[in-house]
Amino acid sequence: MFSYYLKLAARSLGRTPAVSALMVLAIGLGIGVCMTMLSVYALMSGDPIPHKSDRLYAVQLDSWDPNQPAFEPDEPPRQLTWRDSMALAERTPPGVPFAAMAGVGLTFEVRDARDVRPEIVSGRATTADFFSLFDVPFLYGAGWDRLADADAAHVVVLSRELNDKLFGGEDSTGRSVEAGGQVLRVVGVIDDWSPTPRFYDLNSGVFDQTEDAFMPLAVFDRHREDWGINGSINCWEPPPAEGLFASECVFTQFWVELPDEAARRDYQAFLDAYVQEQKRLGRFQRPLNNRLSDVNDWLEINEVVADDNRVLLGLSFMFLGVCLLNMVGLLLAKFLGRAGDVGVRRALGASRAEVFKQHLTEVGLLGAAGGVAGLALAWGGLAGIRALYEDYERVAHLNLELVLVALGLAVVAGLAAGIYPAWRICRIAPAVYLKTQ
Amino acid sequence: MLKMTDVGKVYRADMVQTHALRDFSLTVEEGEFVAVTGPSGSGKTTFLNVAGLLEAFDSGTYELDGQDVSRLGDDARSRIRNEKIGFIFQGFNLIPDLDVFDNVEVPLRYRGWDRARRERAIRESLELVGLGSRMKHLPSQLSGGQQQRVAIARALAGSPRFLLADEPTGNLDSVMARQVLELLEQINALGTTIVMVTHDPELARRAHRNVHMLDGQVTDFTEFDSALRMREERIAAMGA
Repeated sequence: MFSYYLKLAARSLGRTPAVSALMVLAIGLGIGVCMTMLSVYALMSGDPIPHKSDRLYAVQLDSWDPNQPAFEPDEPPRQLTWRDSMALAERTPPGVPFAAMAGVGLTFEVRDARDVRPEIVSGRATTADFFSLFDVPFLYGAGWDRLADADAAHVVVLSRELNDKLFGGEDSTGRSVEAGGQVLRVVGVIDDWSPTPRFYDLNSGVFDQTEDAFMPLAVFDRHREDWGINGSINCWEPPPAEGLFASECVFTQFWVELPDEAARRDYQAFLDAYVQEQKRLGRFQRPLNNRLSDVNDWLEINEVVADDNRVLLGLSFMFLGVCLLNMVGLLLAKFLGRAGDVGVRRALGASRAEVFKQHLTEVGLLGAAGGVAGLALAWGGLAGIRALYEDYERVAHLNLELVLVALGLAVVAGLAAGIYPAWRICRIAPAVYLKTQ
Repeated sequence: MLKMTDVGKVYRADMVQTHALRDFSLTVEEGEFVAVTGPSGSGKTTFLNVAGLLEAFDSGTYELDGQDVSRLGDDARSRIRNEKIGFIFQGFNLIPDLDVFDNVEVPLRYRGWDRARRERAIRESLELVGLGSRMKHLPSQLSGGQQQRVAIARALAGSPRFLLADEPTGNLDSVMARQVLELLEQINALGTTIVMVTHDPELARRAHRNVHMLDGQVTDFTEFDSALRMREERIAAMGA
C-alpha cells in the first residue's frame, strides 16, 4: 500500500501546488536555518582524531603569576614556556611518544628555480613523534626521526599544497628548499590532512588549516633569533634581557600519547616532579597545578564551541518548531478541505488506520521535499557565513552525513507536524461528508 | 441478508435530541430489490448510514449476512463495508483527481487484491456499465449519467452481496435516470441484493418491495408483482 499512498500523495500535492509550496517552504526554511547552525556546530564540536583522542594529552604546567591564575578560577596557562617544553622534550621517559612544538613564520624558496616565486608560509617547529602522534598521512617520504632532532638536522616536511606550489606536485623528497635563509632538505610531503578544529594548537586560528611546513624544533632553536614565532605569546612578567626564549612567556605546546590510566598517572607524577624541581630553583611559585587533558577535554577547556553557538543552535531549532506549527495549520486546512474524499474512502472500506497512513505518507513526502529545499537554503546560508566570517571558512560546509541528517530531520519534522492533522482527518464521520459532497 | 430489529438512533446536539430511527425493524431477503421511501426527515438516510455501517446506532440489533454487526469496532466495520457492501450515492462521490480506472480501484486497494486481479475486476465492472472505453477519463470529463455509472462500477467491482443506493437518480435527467435504473435492475437480476432510498414513487415502483418510512419508523410495506414472482422462482429453485 505504501506505493499507492505515495502515488496519492504526489497527486494531492500537485492538486494544491500553492499550499504545497507554502508547506515545503515552511519546513525548508526551518530545516535550512537548523542545518546551517547544526553544520557549523557539528564541525566545531566534532572529535578531530576520534580513534585516539582519549590517548592524546595536552600538557599544562602552572608557571603563571604567583598573584593571579592564568584563567579564572584557578586554571594554568594553555601553553608552555620555551624552556619547559625543551626540558620536557629532553626528560620525557623513553617509550612515551611526545611532541613539543611552536608556530613559526618563514619564507620558502626553491633553490636553483628562478621561475618559482618565494612563498610566505606558516610553519611548525616540532619533534619527530609529531607525525606518528597525530597520524599524519604522507604522500611522499616520511617525517624525521629522533636522531634528526638530536642532530638538529636541516630537514623539512611540506604540505601537499606547498609541494604543489614549489615543485608542481612532484615527489620532492631529497630536494632542497631555502627557508629563512637556511637550506632544508625535503624528507616528506603530507597528504591531505586537516583536523578540525586544529586541536594541537588552539591559540591562534582554531579552525585554520594545518601548517605548510614542519621542521625540527632543534633547527628552530638554532635559528630562533632569525626566524619569527607565528602564534600567540602570553606573558605575566616582562621578558628578561636574555630574551623571550629564557622568559616565563608561554608560546609552545606539548602533547604526549599515554595508552592507559596507569601511564597517565605516571606521566602526571613525572610532571609534578619536574615542577617541584623547578620550584626549588625559584620558579613555579603557584601551588602545584599541572594538567593532562585528553583531546575532547582540551577542546572543552579552550571553549572551541562558544556558548553563542549553542544558543544559536537552540534558537534555530525553536525556529524550526515555529515553522512546523505553521505547517500544522496549513495541513489541517488542506486535509479537512478534502474530507469528502476521505468520507468516500471510508465508505468504500478504508479503515481509520489506512486513512491515517495515507495522510502521514503525504506529510512525509512534504517533509522530504522540504528537506531538499532546506538543504539548498543551508548551502546558501553556509556560503553567507563563509563570506562574512573568515574564521569559519573551513567549518561552514555540508558533508554527506549532514545532508542525510537534514533529510532525516525534515521527514521526521514533517511527520511530527502531520500527526495531528492526519489523526483529525481519520476521525471524521464519513456519513456527514457523503451527503454534503 | 439484512435484519434490523428495534433499531434506535438518536442525534444529540446541546439540549436537543432528534430520534432519527425509533424501533426500526426491517428484514431484506437475499436477492431482493427494496425501495425505501418517505418524506424528507423521515430517517431514510440515517437508515442507509446505519445499514451501511457508516454510523453506529443506540439500541436494537442488526444482522448482516448472518453476522451480528451491532457492536463491531472500526476495523471490522470497514472490512465488512469493503467486502460485502457497495455504495451508490446521489452525488456520485467520485474522487475528482482520480481517473475512472483509479476511482473504481479504490475499494479494491483496501481489499488487498493483487494488481492483475484488480485490473480484471475493474475492466469487467466498467464493461458491465458500458464505460470500458473511458478508463482514463477524469470524472469532470464525463456526463452525470456516466459518472453515476462509474460509481455503480465502483460499487460492483468488489462483487459485494449487498448494494445500498441513496437517491441514485436524484441528480440525473429522466433519460439518464432510466438507464441507471435499468442497470440496477440488471445487477439485481444477477443476484445482488439492492436497497435503494428514494422519494420518487415512480422509481420505487420498479423495486420488488417498497418500504415507507415516517418519523424514523416503517409505516407501510408494498409488495409488487415482480417480488412475488421472484419469491416463487426462488421457492421453485429450492424445491428443485
